[in-house]
Amino acid sequence: MKWIIPLEAASPEDRPRIGGKGYALYRLQAGGFPVPPAVCVTTALYRAYLRRTGVGERILMELNRKSFKDLRWEEIWDSALRIRNLFLRKALPPALGKPVRAALGERFGDSPVAVRSSAPEEDAAAVSFAGLHESFLNVRGADAIIESIRKVWASLWSDAALLYRQELKLGVDKSAMAVVVQQLVNGRVSGVAFSHNPVNAAQGVVEAVHGLNQGLVDGAIAPDRWLIDRQRRQIAGHTPAERREWTVADPGGVRLETLPATLQPKAPLTPAEVLQVFDLALASLDYFQTPQDVEWTFAKRDLYLLQSRPITSSREAAEGDQRGWYLSLKRSFENLKLLRGRIENELIPAMVAAADELAAVDLGQLGDGALAAEIRRRSELNTHWVSVYWAEFIPFAHGVRLFGQVYNDSVHPEDPYEFLALLGQTPMAGLERNRLIAEMAALVRATPDMAAALQAGEPPAGPLAAELAAFIDRFGDLSCPASGARQCTERPETLINVILQLATHPSGLPQAAAGGRAEDLKAVFLRLFSGAERRRAEEMLDLARASYQLRDDDNIHLGRIEARLTAALQEARRRLAPRIPEGAAEIDPAELLLALENPAHALRAQTSGPKTAAPPAVRALRARQLVGQPAGPGVARGPARVIHTTADLASFQAGEILVCDAVDPNMTFFAPLSAGVVERRGGMLIHGAIIAREYGLPCVTGVLDATALIRTGDELTVDGFLGIVTVSTGRL
Amino acid sequence: MHDSSQIRALLKALFDDQRLAVLATHQDGQPYATLVAFGADDDLATLYFATPRATRKFANLSADPRVALLINNSANQPEDIHRAMAATATGRAVELEGPRRAAYEARYIARHPHLEEFVRSPSCALIAVTVERYVLVRSFQTVLELRMTP
Repeated sequence: MKWIIPLEAASPEDRPRIGGKGYALYRLQAGGFPVPPAVCVTTALYRAYLRRTGVGERILMELNRKSFKDLRWEEIWDSALRIRNLFLRKALPPALGKPVRAALGERFGDSPVAVRSSAPEEDAAAVSFAGLHESFLNVRGADAIIESIRKVWASLWSDAALLYRQELKLGVDKSAMAVVVQQLVNGRVSGVAFSHNPVNAAQGVVEAVHGLNQGLVDGAIAPDRWLIDRQRRQIAGHTPAERREWTVADPGGVRLETLPATLQPKAPLTPAEVLQVFDLALASLDYFQTPQDVEWTFAKRDLYLLQSRPITSSREAAEGDQRGWYLSLKRSFENLKLLRGRIENELIPAMVAAADELAAVDLGQLGDGALAAEIRRRSELNTHWVSVYWAEFIPFAHGVRLFGQVYNDSVHPEDPYEFLALLGQTPMAGLERNRLIAEMAALVRATPDMAAALQAGEPPAGPLAAELAAFIDRFGDLSCPASGARQCTERPETLINVILQLATHPSGLPQAAAGGRAEDLKAVFLRLFSGAERRRAEEMLDLARASYQLRDDDNIHLGRIEARLTAALQEARRRLAPRIPEGAAEIDPAELLLALENPAHALRAQTSGPKTAAPPAVRALRARQLVGQPAGPGVARGPARVIHTTADLASFQAGEILVCDAVDPNMTFFAPLSAGVVERRGGMLIHGAIIAREYGLPCVTGVLDATALIRTGDELTVDGFLGIVTVSTGRL
Repeated sequence: MHDSSQIRALLKALFDDQRLAVLATHQDGQPYATLVAFGADDDLATLYFATPRATRKFANLSADPRVALLINNSANQPEDIHRAMAATATGRAVELEGPRRAAYEARYIARHPHLEEFVRSPSCALIAVTVERYVLVRSFQTVLELRMTP
């Protein structure tokens, strides 16, 4: 059958059909090596599936929405998630499914198997795809095997695979995936071995763990490691591991467990066994005539060779290559749990304490020199917390993604972002801020003529002025975007506008969509698991909720610290006002410090000065329709309000379509008042998309050049189902 | 070769083979042409395609349902002049609703499986064109007309 080829029935011409791993196993089997029985699912089946289900064309549509180089990592992750969902939801058409199911059932029955990727490019001598594609262990029964095969196919399009294949120029649309289905050997000890130590060719390497190999290959478990003198065939060194956990088979696949106390002190291999494994790597080297990297396992006394591939030099990160950093964001569940503890118990309390301490300083009491020192201190603190934000908080956001993948893999929802509904409606630190703003809006609504006076540009008076001052003192005035940008204005017009818009909005404060569905979805999700798996699923959901909540909270806490820095700079500007030259727009903070410390210093305005508006060009090129990602279902029509700087928010009117580079946490009040949201920054898990989903607003993200091609006042239609923004361009 | 059953067979083969049609609409007399992924009923009485409701073609055909569709098999080669075949259909467009929409949606998805999310989006209209006549051009200048309605 062209869909499935057993190892023993393969031939050299099958190589492109059975992939690198399958071909190596075929050769090993033919050479008499102890490989477990296996069949290869050919690339022909993959291609036929892609063609007959339309999944192939849909992948190309997904990846051709935008030039690959314009995709942010988050968008690549989103694309991979959507593509994976295509594979999860599309069954094999009967014409393919029936013969494949029959062949797998006949061959393996209900005995456990490993389902492994075998891309034709994989394991080729020049490129190592090791670990980019997925494997599934302990799968039982033809239907479960076929589902795992579809997941392996999907892993050809995983975010990591997409990132690397772009550079390797392996052709997104010319790729294919074969799969090896191999009888599972329930090994008591497993590991890898290198015929040549990549850093010292005179040595070989054997690495071993108790139990199955998965934890070692994933990097979750550190192995015992032996170096072998190749010439003398002698152990040249042994580095024991901590041996705290091992990988064991369980009904849902495999899982990490605490290593039994009796095994913890024991090295997984005896010296004789180490040499036995090394001999196997040498035999493979002799057979293939190139240095080999093998995976092996011992079942009782029998040594099995699971796979063998050429050793490749490790991928070295080029200067400025941030893919490594990006991939490091993909933390394991265990790692995220530790990170959560540190964030919740140490970092957030420290941040709150820092902001409180700063707020308690009475700036007016400080002399000029002391104020300069205070500005320096606040600036350093701010820099410190921004770096903590990147190093600790951003990686923690992966908790949401990890849960999303688990949810989709088990539930197979039609909407790949359904999982977000289980995470929403969590109380966020922003809530307190929202409540104070709603209170001020209520005050304006209740006071006759106040809205009109504010609209006419009169300064806030009476109790509103006091509440505003108290709010700004705590949270800043909404004009400073969080996380490092410097665009603050010194008048709270943005804040006044949001209060006005809320006060005059016919239905008052918009409400987030009700969360009743979340409980139903949660129940459906958890019912799919039992026992230890269920506890893990619950823990994962809990972690994802914490991760989701932090996305808002961290910005608020960071914003509070930033607001204290801004307050100190404003105090400096106030004091130095008599020395600021007439007409100077903006004074650099460094200049302010010099002037505070030296009464004779002549203040210089920033050289750039205020931007002069470019002469109105004839708009020969206008966007009629722009494509992004559908990020919030629904259709909205309305005039565009394009936000270039936060000052533009001061003119925002309820019912307009918010068009911006990125929805900043400080814009979260405006988003619910808008008719829809269009964002240049792409991604489904970014702030704007999450708010849009919570408030049921049509939203399109990842629209390239949105703020350049769309002008304030343009009549827009935001199609949040299809991810299309249409601009009315007038009569033909 | 000029009886209507043979012409129908030619048209059917052409429609099975081609995925895209050129749709002509107009706005206040200004013609407007666009590409659409289309399908055809076996009896050739109806051609159908999908479009988001925010598009100009949707506004145009909503204002005036008279439309034309061009389907052809040219290959961007000099030989197209004698080898290619082009069918122009004229008729009236209507947005499908209810059970008729469901039936045509299933047909559309079977023909364009990769456009499943597109056509199923609530913002996407499925349009049926009741064809009044076909004009079939072959062999450079041979033009035949097939009337579908009296």
